[in-house]
Amino acid sequence: MLELQYPYDAEYILRKKKSIKKALLARENINYTTKKIAVLGGSTTSNVVLMLELFLLDNGIKAEFYESEYNRFWEDAVFGNPELDEFGPDLVYFHTTSRNILNFPTVKDPQDKIEDMARAEFDRFRQAWEAVQGRYHCTVIQNNMEQPFYRLLGNSDVSDVHGRLNFIHRLNSMFYEYAQAHETFYIHDANYQASVYGVKRWADPADWYRYKYAMAVAAIPDFAFSLSHIIKAIYGKNKKALTLDLDNTLWGGVVGDDGPENIKIGQEDAVSELYSEFQEYVKAHKDLGILLTVNSKNDEENAIAGLSRPDSVLKPEDFLIIKANWENKDRNLVATANEINIGVDSLVFIDDNPAERAIVRDSVPSSTVPEVGLPETYIDVIDSNGFFEVTGISADDLKRNEMYKANLERAATESSFADYGEYLKSLEMVGEIRAFDAVYMARIAELTNKSNQFNLTTRRCSLAEIEQIAQDPQYITLYGRLLDRFGDNGVVSVAFGHIDGKTADIDLWLMSCRVLKRDMECAMMDEFVRLCLERGVTTVVGHYYPTAKNKMVRDFFADRGFTLVNEDGEGNRLYELDISGGYETTNRYIKVNP
Amino acid sequence: MTREEIYAKLNEVFQDVFDDEDITVNDETTADDIEDWDSLEHINLIVAVERAFGIKFTMGETTSMKNVGAMADIIQERVG
Repeated sequence: MLELQYPYDAEYILRKKKSIKKALLARENINYTTKKIAVLGGSTTSNVVLMLELFLLDNGIKAEFYESEYNRFWEDAVFGNPELDEFGPDLVYFHTTSRNILNFPTVKDPQDKIEDMARAEFDRFRQAWEAVQGRYHCTVIQNNMEQPFYRLLGNSDVSDVHGRLNFIHRLNSMFYEYAQAHETFYIHDANYQASVYGVKRWADPADWYRYKYAMAVAAIPDFAFSLSHIIKAIYGKNKKALTLDLDNTLWGGVVGDDGPENIKIGQEDAVSELYSEFQEYVKAHKDLGILLTVNSKNDEENAIAGLSRPDSVLKPEDFLIIKANWENKDRNLVATANEINIGVDSLVFIDDNPAERAIVRDSVPSSTVPEVGLPETYIDVIDSNGFFEVTGISADDLKRNEMYKANLERAATESSFADYGEYLKSLEMVGEIRAFDAVYMARIAELTNKSNQFNLTTRRCSLAEIEQIAQDPQYITLYGRLLDRFGDNGVVSVAFGHIDGKTADIDLWLMSCRVLKRDMECAMMDEFVRLCLERGVTTVVGHYYPTAKNKMVRDFFADRGFTLVNEDGEGNRLYELDISGGYETTNRYIKVNP
Repeated sequence: MTREEIYAKLNEVFQDVFDDEDITVNDETTADDIEDWDSLEHINLIVAVERAFGIKFTMGETTSMKNVGAMADIIQERVG
């Protein structure tokens, strides 16, 4: 929703929050992820929750909230309470600020005492985090401490150990170290948000003493927006690709009219330098696994000529797809998504022309087309929207561009074979299909939250849940990684089921659509059944729960030889496979665990 | 700004904050007259009124306002 995209009007959102919520819920065909979020606060949390709810809904997450009583964050976390236990949070967010620090140093304190004070403060928080993770196996988000609005020691407040600012930095460093060492623990950079808003306006003492809001009420939308980025990233709702216009977007001028030698890029003048910085910003996204594509009204040769200038930071080969033609941009955008095989809602389209943006937004309502403004605000607008919020850098992210490129090459090869089986053989596929492994836990959790189409039960799991299931001997767990002669597809399939006597019940079965029709689903089933037989199972039970997006796997279990036992009024299906008399393997083209 | 103009604007703010187009307020209106007007919504109301008129209430004012009339008095004094 454009009203909830940066640059938004924070006061408008605060004032209109009820009607905005209605409008969000009235949208059709949204495949919501539902999550339970406990907000444990050291100050008033009401508006934080209301704002967070809107931004999460906008990202396809329907959250149910628990709010602690005022400033009971520590007690709720450490001792628990029946209401919170009953709620069973997927995620606990600690809404604390510098106002919640119990003991600040004074100028009379010796240095070693100050170090002890910082350690004690940190331990108090750590105790709270570890208590909720131990009890609920949940993800934790913690604010860092924002700078106070006054400095008793003036400029020395930051450098002298007795300064509050110095103390806060010390404490924050301890928080960061903890975050680096713990996978399901994330820091929300409240300090940055306060700085951007203005530390003095942020810490509005009037709002603190009147309402016990630790920040100015008008700052809460910014704050909640930033917090929502982490949550939607954790639950796999990040965008995947940047689709860019060229003329006056990636360079100044119109390459078709001005000629490639006259467009503004490079270091010749201020405007060229500005566009170069933007190109550098865009290019850096490639390393984060964000796909880059072009969508521009241009002759293709002119587009290539512009990008081929020696002083252009971005080169033609940096782009997975270049659509430079005279087709409408909304059509190009949809075609791009189809070719890469990702949802059109995963693309962010950047164009300097407000009219083009409006057309794309109108014709493709699920697209994301930010109001980027002038070239000097492009970076700020893209960055502040947190489209690609990083919550951890996986090996898969770093090579995602190559994987997609290999996919396009595969598609080209496929068309050169008359026989599909011959094509599959030519891919020389090797599968790694094994029980959940520590190395892949993050990717496995990510897939359960991202996969919509090839997903039989659409069960969403947090990293903490995946880790728990992996350890539970009752479960058979499998991840499938697929390699071929074009490259490594990474982990593309996940399945797990629980064993109850002689029955194995498949709780989750999913696969990334980018390896569709490659025999991977056969290889996974073969392995799953092999493990079942090893453990004396005679019946495998499968479920299909229909959603708006998973029709393609409606007959998955029937195709695998299962028998339909029951289908209810909502289309939920129950299947069984009798393996007491053995099982015939079905994978023909993938070498598994060689 | 006339009293009428202030009330026209106040009505808009109240209608937005409580998401109810039928709300109209007058000098005597208090929190008891509007169902959703609790202490949390009061905060949003104050922020929205401040924004709409480009003013800021002092801490003393926000805690002592007895009804919408008192609010309108302060607004009139501030915006002239």
